[in-house]
Amino acid sequence: MHRHEKIWLTLSSLMIIGFLVLAGYQAFALELGPPSHKETIDPQKVDETAPFNEPGVYQTGENEYEVVMIGQVFSFNAGGDELVFPAGSTVTFTMTSKDVVHGFQIAGTNVNTMVMPGYVQKVTQTFDSPGEYLILCNEYCGSGHQLMASTITIE
Amino acid sequence: MAIKNLREKINVSEAVGSLPIQKPEAKLYMSFMYVAFISLLIGGLMGLLQVFVRSGKFTLPWGIDYYQVLTVHGVILGLVLTTYFIIGFHFSVMGKTVGISEKQRKVAWFAFWTMVVGTVMTAVTILLGEASVLYTFYAPLRAHPAFYIGLALVIIGSWVAGFVNWHQLAVWKKKHPGEKSPLLAFMVTINTVMWFIASLGVAIAVLIQFIPWSLGWAETINVLVSRTLFWYFGHPLVYFWLLPAYMAWYAIIPKIIGGKIFSDSLARMSFVLFLFFSIPVGFHHQLTEPGIDPTWKFIQVVLTMMVVIPSLMTAFSLFATFEITGRRKGFKGLFGWLKHLPWKDVRFLAPFIGMLAFIPGGAGGIINASHQMNSLVHNTIWVTGHFHLTVATTVMLTFFGISYWLVPHLTGRTLTPKLNKLGIIQSIVWTIGMSIMSGAMHIQGLLGGPRRSSFSEYGGTEQASEWIGYQMAQAVGGTILFIGIILMVYIFVKLAWFAPKGHEEFPIAEEEDDAEPTPSYFENWKLWIAITIALILFAYTIPFIDIIQNSPAGSVPFDWPIGRY
Repeated sequence: MHRHEKIWLTLSSLMIIGFLVLAGYQAFALELGPPSHKETIDPQKVDETAPFNEPGVYQTGENEYEVVMIGQVFSFNAGGDELVFPAGSTVTFTMTSKDVVHGFQIAGTNVNTMVMPGYVQKVTQTFDSPGEYLILCNEYCGSGHQLMASTITIE
Repeated sequence: MAIKNLREKINVSEAVGSLPIQKPEAKLYMSFMYVAFISLLIGGLMGLLQVFVRSGKFTLPWGIDYYQVLTVHGVILGLVLTTYFIIGFHFSVMGKTVGISEKQRKVAWFAFWTMVVGTVMTAVTILLGEASVLYTFYAPLRAHPAFYIGLALVIIGSWVAGFVNWHQLAVWKKKHPGEKSPLLAFMVTINTVMWFIASLGVAIAVLIQFIPWSLGWAETINVLVSRTLFWYFGHPLVYFWLLPAYMAWYAIIPKIIGGKIFSDSLARMSFVLFLFFSIPVGFHHQLTEPGIDPTWKFIQVVLTMMVVIPSLMTAFSLFATFEITGRRKGFKGLFGWLKHLPWKDVRFLAPFIGMLAFIPGGAGGIINASHQMNSLVHNTIWVTGHFHLTVATTVMLTFFGISYWLVPHLTGRTLTPKLNKLGIIQSIVWTIGMSIMSGAMHIQGLLGGPRRSSFSEYGGTEQASEWIGYQMAQAVGGTILFIGIILMVYIFVKLAWFAPKGHEEFPIAEEEDDAEPTPSYFENWKLWIAITIALILFAYTIPFIDIIQNSPAGSVPFDWPIGRY
């Protein structure tokens, strides 16, 4: 092998290893891995299964909330509750789908996950900056997919 | 006399080991090209309609659904154009380097027609509005059964084409005992082996899950299993597109610039690494999904990063060829050798722009696969911007670069200086249009704008209103790109039927006279395939068993969300 080729490949490999060490450290040591909740649910009995039989916003502690939400064509159903939280709140979203695969993204944050029939997905996010954030479905779910949206307000 | 001179010229310019392509063969190879370029025109038109709709200034006539148009765009460009062009190119280089028998040619025609029947079935189903499920056809959205059966036929046809390629090489090896296989034939074999192993996944999903379920024979479908099988196929699919471009870069471009192959062994090694690391990586498309063990997601992220190495090897090798060739021609200085490159030859310029686009394209790919960074960009239009750089620029401009000589070579015509110039204009138009469109997509994606979405003001929120400007820019870029498509189709029609008769060279580069011999272990196919399968089993066995064992009740089909009643 050519000397320059050796240098090039060594640097490339070191770069890749660096990326992986960083990603692994964040995922496992800092627990910043992508959302991978493994609980399951019967997709045809969502309305009868707790906690989805009563979707809505619940306060679980000081500055801590849980939002139980169902994805369904073409809306997010949080039992009609407004998503309004004080700045600094930590909010856990517990979600599943009643029908097809949906996406759940809060624009301007790192919250971005799939909401799949048969699975319960959980994502936790702390909201520090006040403002109105757009929640949108980012997985194609049918002809009204672009209408599937909501908002979350931080005061 | 003139003819005899021409013949002699051909014999001189076409080096040893490159076989003449006979008329009936050329007809076979061109048939794949016709379908590819018709697809380019239709798929490009769909893309134009999409950027118009997303600008908010245009609505589709006759009640056509945006997602129907998007399904046509994805299926016809991502699956039809690419697969037909690649198989046509594979057959051409196999015919040129190892030859094709009459019987093999007949089987190849069978492959072609199987694919055409499948393509027509799928196309009709989509056009009737019975399959607006996008090219990923995620369950439990249900399309008409003909959509899935058509797709299965396209895949089966592509397998038959691959089997013919393997047989071509086997016959050649029997006639040339102890010799190493020609580099291009070796590369085609890697790509078809990878394609076969990878598309088994989607074939199993379609045959065992989707077809019985869409016919109503099975009541429910296992959604996560279907997605996992799809992405087991979906990532190697992008390498199936990329490797033919790499074949041209390694083995054809050096000839066009008047140089030699940098290293036969390095080229083979990079292809072997692509075979290993293209497949066991599908989870990086499913990072944000519930139900998959996070440790195994990370293991597949590690394997994904391995695939960066052969791409960086390729980059080194290409620029080494450019520099060595330039210095040999007497160009000096740190970058003086760049001047020797044939910038005015579109056969070089188009693929070269493709190479440059792979620098931001590849970097974006590393970001997408980087575990937590993926959360910022997953399913945003950043991803669309990313693959319009990689497949729609790097791969497409290289395929166009191949077409400029391959089409006239097959039709017995020539690339005239005028068409060459038009090709250069085409490459520049493409570069401008794509920079605007893909750039706007990348930025909008970072701001949170979703992919696969029709125009929406999202209830008039401030965040969504910031996105509209970028969607206007995408409409401008997309329009420029469509002009590029019209130019390319015009050039293709000229080269296929109207350019002056003559002989266009089929450029195949040779090794240096004093090149080190390629080690014989590269021909050890059993070893390469065994390692590939071992890596797949390692990456998938435990998480797949976990997915099956912890499966929820299946999903019933949903027809009405896509407008089927």
